[in-house]
Amino acid sequence: MSDLRGVIVSHAAVAQALVSAVTAITGIEGVLTAVSNEGCGTEALGQRLREAVGGGPAVLFVDLPGGSCFTSSARYAKQGGADIAVVTGVNLAMLLDFVFHRDIAPAEAARRAVDAGAKAIRVTAS
Amino acid sequence: MTLALYRIDDRLIHGQVVVGWGQPLDVAFIVLVDDEVSSSDWEQDLYRMGVPPQIEVVFASVEQAAALLPAWEADPRVGILLVGDVDTAVALAARVPQVKRFNVGGVHHRAGRTERLRFVYLTDDEAAKLRQLAARGVDVTAQDVPTARAVPVGEFT
Repeated sequence: MSDLRGVIVSHAAVAQALVSAVTAITGIEGVLTAVSNEGCGTEALGQRLREAVGGGPAVLFVDLPGGSCFTSSARYAKQGGADIAVVTGVNLAMLLDFVFHRDIAPAEAARRAVDAGAKAIRVTAS
Repeated sequence: MTLALYRIDDRLIHGQVVVGWGQPLDVAFIVLVDDEVSSSDWEQDLYRMGVPPQIEVVFASVEQAAALLPAWEADPRVGILLVGDVDTAVALAARVPQVKRFNVGGVHHRAGRTERLRFVYLTDDEAAKLRQLAARGVDVTAQDVPTARAVPVGEFT
């Protein structure tokens, strides 16, 4: 099994809820870690990321393409020393795809997750 | 209009600033005053990514901000000025008498700081600096989002 991990970085409890949802649907545990920016300045959030990512490799799934979750994740990916890719706009569909496709490099897993996530966003007939 | 908000926030540009304050104030520009960020293109790209394209982002060192602040105040558009810590706020206010208020929007926990409010942690030195700022006529309050109460400096320092 791949050691590629997913770390979800979000405002409030979004990340934890997504981890719970993935486990409820797939039964897979221990692949995704939730990180919240609740009560965090830049320094504390960086520390939470370090603890969650460890030595990598990892894909960081961030809620928004900007803001403290994103800036801390991008900074960590650049400076953290581990093999890390960052995806923004996390949704449940991309995480469900990710947990079953981890025998690839972080950058490739990130591209795959973006494809899977984007395909889930649509307007359905009413 | 003018700079509608002078804010101390260690996250600098983030959701509360861009959306929480930016939407109700109809903000057209954000000034980020930080010596480190103003000298790093990479950091600037990072912060710019969190801002919709219709909002201009200006990066400045404290020295540059001191020189440009009157022009920002005279800008017909609405702007927000951000600094990342108490020392930068004090340095700016010391150089520019036009600075009459500071909103403490987010100063988070680190070694030596104690909790003053849910979103404000300060060392005793930082608390004293904020009180001194207020004593010099700067209106210092803590308020994370516009819908919250503006807590006067005497209640959290």
